[in-house]
Amino acid sequence: MTDLPAKDLSEPDIRPAPSRLRASFARDRKAQVGLVILLAFLLVALLAPLIAPFDPNAMTLDMMSSPSLTHPLGTDDLGRDLLSRIIWGTQISLFVGVSTVALALILGVTLGVVAGYYGGWADMIIMRYIDLQWAFPNFIIAIYLVAVFGTGLLNVIVAIALAFLDDFARVARSMVLTLKEEQFVDAARVQGFSDLRIMFRHILPNALAPIIVQATVSVSYAILGEASLSFLGLGVRPDTPTWGLILADGRSFISQAWWLGVFPGLAIMLVVLAINFVGDALRDALDVRETGP
Amino acid sequence: MTADAFLRIEGLCVHFPVRKGLLQRQVASVRAVDNVTLSLRRGEAFGLVGESGCGKTTLARTVLRLVDATDGAVWFDGENITALKGAALAPYRTRVSAVFQDPFSSLNPRMKAGAIIAEVLKVHRFAGDITARVRELLALCGLSERFADLFPHQMSGGQRQRVGIARALATDPDLIVCDEAVSALDVSIQAQIVNLLEELRLRHGLTYLFIGHDLSVVRHLCDRVAVMYLGRVMETASSEELFSEPQHPYTQALIAAIPNPDPVSEEARDTALLKGEVPSPLDPPSGCVFHPRCPLAMDICARIAPELEPVRSGHAVACHAVTTQPQPETTTTGERDDR
Repeated sequence: MTDLPAKDLSEPDIRPAPSRLRASFARDRKAQVGLVILLAFLLVALLAPLIAPFDPNAMTLDMMSSPSLTHPLGTDDLGRDLLSRIIWGTQISLFVGVSTVALALILGVTLGVVAGYYGGWADMIIMRYIDLQWAFPNFIIAIYLVAVFGTGLLNVIVAIALAFLDDFARVARSMVLTLKEEQFVDAARVQGFSDLRIMFRHILPNALAPIIVQATVSVSYAILGEASLSFLGLGVRPDTPTWGLILADGRSFISQAWWLGVFPGLAIMLVVLAINFVGDALRDALDVRETGP
Repeated sequence: MTADAFLRIEGLCVHFPVRKGLLQRQVASVRAVDNVTLSLRRGEAFGLVGESGCGKTTLARTVLRLVDATDGAVWFDGENITALKGAALAPYRTRVSAVFQDPFSSLNPRMKAGAIIAEVLKVHRFAGDITARVRELLALCGLSERFADLFPHQMSGGQRQRVGIARALATDPDLIVCDEAVSALDVSIQAQIVNLLEELRLRHGLTYLFIGHDLSVVRHLCDRVAVMYLGRVMETASSEELFSEPQHPYTQALIAAIPNPDPVSEEARDTALLKGEVPSPLDPPSGCVFHPRCPLAMDICARIAPELEPVRSGHAVACHAVTTQPQPETTTTGERDDR
């Protein structure tokens, strides 16, 4: 036996992570579609002031008009241009979706990793709290938190993030429980690495795949969560154009004005779908073990 | 023996509680390691052999401070390290390292070989050029520098194990615990790794605590050997003497079980293999733990656990049948049976 790598590894994939990511997206048609949709929405969000044909809150007498050349997606019950509202709504909905999940992920994963790694009392206390939260529907918790902290965009984000954190804690903990039995964790301990380094440099990177999947699922729920809170009057101010609020408002007119329900719904669906496509590709790319020749 | 001991394991017990029910009451304990006393001299390779589940890995993990001892102590170079914690343990961590069994799981799959070794250097604040040192360590283990850029999954088992050894050498340790370091490898690769370990030991004056169940590997690599059974040490001797003149009936049975590659002599060989199974360490037999399977068992064996007693210089046996009677010069089990 020589020390040369086996034949099928003659051209090992030793490119850095970014180019590996690019390579895996280049192969994956779904991921490309997802990425294009997401970039398009991101562009719309950034350019909202430039591309929106009307002021999203300007009311006209042209109420509940069906899609036409002036109003490509029609107008709502107050005569506001639906296209402009959806364009402005992109900003808020994407921001809420991403920042909520980012916050929930950071808090939940930290709790889950600590619980799983230390076990014992830390695990007992953290997981009993998570169980408690698990017993209530996420949405009820979000309503409760908003009721306590008050409404407003920031409070909505924090409330939804806290309500979603248990999912991340659970996923992270279960991954840590498996991974901490691996010998590379023993090796790290023998080398005198700190617990913090072992948890976040050695265990967590190996646990990312399911956490990313959870995050993509949660982004869609977060967007819907914001919509639901806004619908109940517990979210952002009622005149703020968010997709959820537009959808909620349109619900009462669904039989007279189908466009009020269909278009914001379509926007939510497209974004959620795109995020899931990209998330799948991201998971595959991050798992170095699966990137073979 | 104690004066020149580099690593001394003294009356070490590791018991794992078995908890049951709502209140997590302890209902029993698994005696993984029970009253083990061993000492290693500086620079020697000490082998620890025994069947699966005999506690040899737990012993290794206790020495590495991955498992806490229930009782007893581990002394390293004159210091009791059994209860050290946090910063007090740090010097020990640089002087003792480990090579693990499974080269597939002992390297972080997300880190390249170079990064795995470099991290150890960084954590221990290596003062020199880290890249150069990584290259040097890889070279010591027979790997070219381009392996630094490979992920573990891009290497073969033997190459991974070499990376594992390079990592173990990174802190410039004095003692390396090799927990079944070659058991998971192909036989041809095993020989390479064993030779590498031997070469490194001689070149760097390392001390090895080598855990294994492959007797021929242990015989080749180790100066002295201890045989464990159900958490206890049955016999210790120099490697040469243990294999040529095993005293304990369990050791004899283990050695008789080594496969013989020559079919002619294998046919002629009188193999008295052990009967029965290893009892559960949850409920070990009374007295000598080996007595239910022992061909020499006497009345006293079921009542009193034999102490490890020297039968000659550097050779100790825990067996009533061996230590209470004068030694016959013969060693085959067949002639033993009539005693």
